[in-house]
Amino acid sequence: MDKRIVIPGDFLSDDVKKAGEGTFIQEGKVYANLYGLVNEKNKIRVVPISGKYFPSAGDLIIATVSEITFSNWIMDIKAPYEGLLHISEYPRRIESDEMMKYLNVGDSVLVMVKEVSPSMKIELTMRDSRLKRIINGRLIEVTPSKVPRIIGRGGSMISMLKNATKCNIFVGQNGVIWITGKERGVDKAIETITLIETQAHTNGLTDRISKFLKGNETSEVDQESPDILNELLD
Amino acid sequence: MNDKPEKFIDDNGLRLDGRKANQIRDIKIEVGVLSRADGSCYLEMGNNKVIAAVYGPREVHPRHQQKSTKAIVRYKYNMASFSVEDRKRPGPDRRSIEVSKVSREALEDMVFTEYFPKSAIDIFVEVLQADAGTRTAAINAASVALADAGIPMRGLVSACAVGKVDETLVLDLNKDEDNYGQADMPIAMTPDGKITLLQMDGNLTLEQFKEALEMAQEGCRQVYEFQREALLDYYAKKEEIEEIAVVEEAPEEVIEESVAEAVEVEGVKAADAKEAESDKEIEEDVEEESTQTSETSDTSEEETTETEEPEEEDESIIDESDKKEEAF
Repeated sequence: MDKRIVIPGDFLSDDVKKAGEGTFIQEGKVYANLYGLVNEKNKIRVVPISGKYFPSAGDLIIATVSEITFSNWIMDIKAPYEGLLHISEYPRRIESDEMMKYLNVGDSVLVMVKEVSPSMKIELTMRDSRLKRIINGRLIEVTPSKVPRIIGRGGSMISMLKNATKCNIFVGQNGVIWITGKERGVDKAIETITLIETQAHTNGLTDRISKFLKGNETSEVDQESPDILNELLD
Repeated sequence: MNDKPEKFIDDNGLRLDGRKANQIRDIKIEVGVLSRADGSCYLEMGNNKVIAAVYGPREVHPRHQQKSTKAIVRYKYNMASFSVEDRKRPGPDRRSIEVSKVSREALEDMVFTEYFPKSAIDIFVEVLQADAGTRTAAINAASVALADAGIPMRGLVSACAVGKVDETLVLDLNKDEDNYGQADMPIAMTPDGKITLLQMDGNLTLEQFKEALEMAQEGCRQVYEFQREALLDYYAKKEEIEEIAVVEEAPEEVIEESVAEAVEVEGVKAADAKEAESDKEIEEDVEEESTQTSETSDTSEEETTETEEPEEEDESIIDESDKKEEAF
């Protein structure tokens, strides 16, 4: 497995068939078009070190309502483009004039990207059992290209995090992370995620993170959980 | 200000600052110096100091400028009022508008603009200290900043100037050579030798021009090495590189959730449901007390420590199922 950093324009391979994401073909040769790490699993891909989220159909993301029009919620999806959630994509039938009752400007939602048209009209949907409005917890943002690292192989990193901090963590594909749980756990989770983000490219990260989580773990479990929800509802 | 020097090249063939005719000035490049920008770069080229910031791809304002098939590239070259010996009046002047235009064109063709229709890529370069060759330094910095921003490009653009003093061709002019020399020719190139910018003032014969072009090519190649090294150093700092796990195609792989119900979003109702859940979870967590986190065993770092949850579904990490069954 070749793991090296490339910069745009670096030569990667002579095999045009292997060209994957983050590469381009010129005169029968494959070159990198991004600054990032080479991954040669079956196709040659360049995993970018930074960069904006680029939506594709089926992505689960966390979006924030920025505007309400007659039949659409316009959402900020942390991408170069706005996302549109049509009134009919809400899980239940609602009238146009009561849209803001359900989702108001500033509300964050778990949504799925339904379709991305070539002209970059991004349609979102909430018609899925997993999708809902976010009413508690905290949101943080990370670089979208670091998302796979935070989740880890088959969710190893994230499940470790969840167990250690006793929090619920949802990682949106657009780099927005939703964490719910006890204050202390949430703080810990955010601290750890920040650590993962800054060291995403280093070796033996999982071990270091698990040590980090262990070293600061409180042995006793707080029986009295602060009821954040009630505070929010008052 | 100083006056025109007697001789630009001494008896040993060295220039005023001690360089050889075909030697570029020292370059220092720092990547990622601005946290607010998507990509950034600070560059020193001799006594030039420039800082470049890249934002984007992002929405285009004003809207009528957006292109429906590709991204627009905007480039703004600006000299700080303190960058020159006599205070420069701040704001754009004819010169900086022209420099912005030619620099944008030097970079634009190297960016895969067609990947981001209806968006804008903004490049801002601030000259903090000027010492002849600011436009080339600015292009060098902007090019690195673009790469840092994760914008797909065909290659980096490297630039350097070549000129003529005392009928001798010299590379990467300094202030005096620029002010009192006979010719100045800034050139920007791609790694494979395509010229994306070429301007000239003064006079060169055809032979001199050809020779100058070759010198500039060598200069740009050296600049490119510095740019490349800076980018590689920035991330390969100390540790070895670990391969970043690949996102599986199935979105389920990425879902980290614990609730299956379509929660009716009606303030209290939803909140109640949520409350019940979170209570439930806390209880569960207390029961589980899963403290086995790592078994620091394997040599390969990817063989991670899987914290097996009691009733975890294989493959998908949606651990909502168990919660759901118990809670409701």
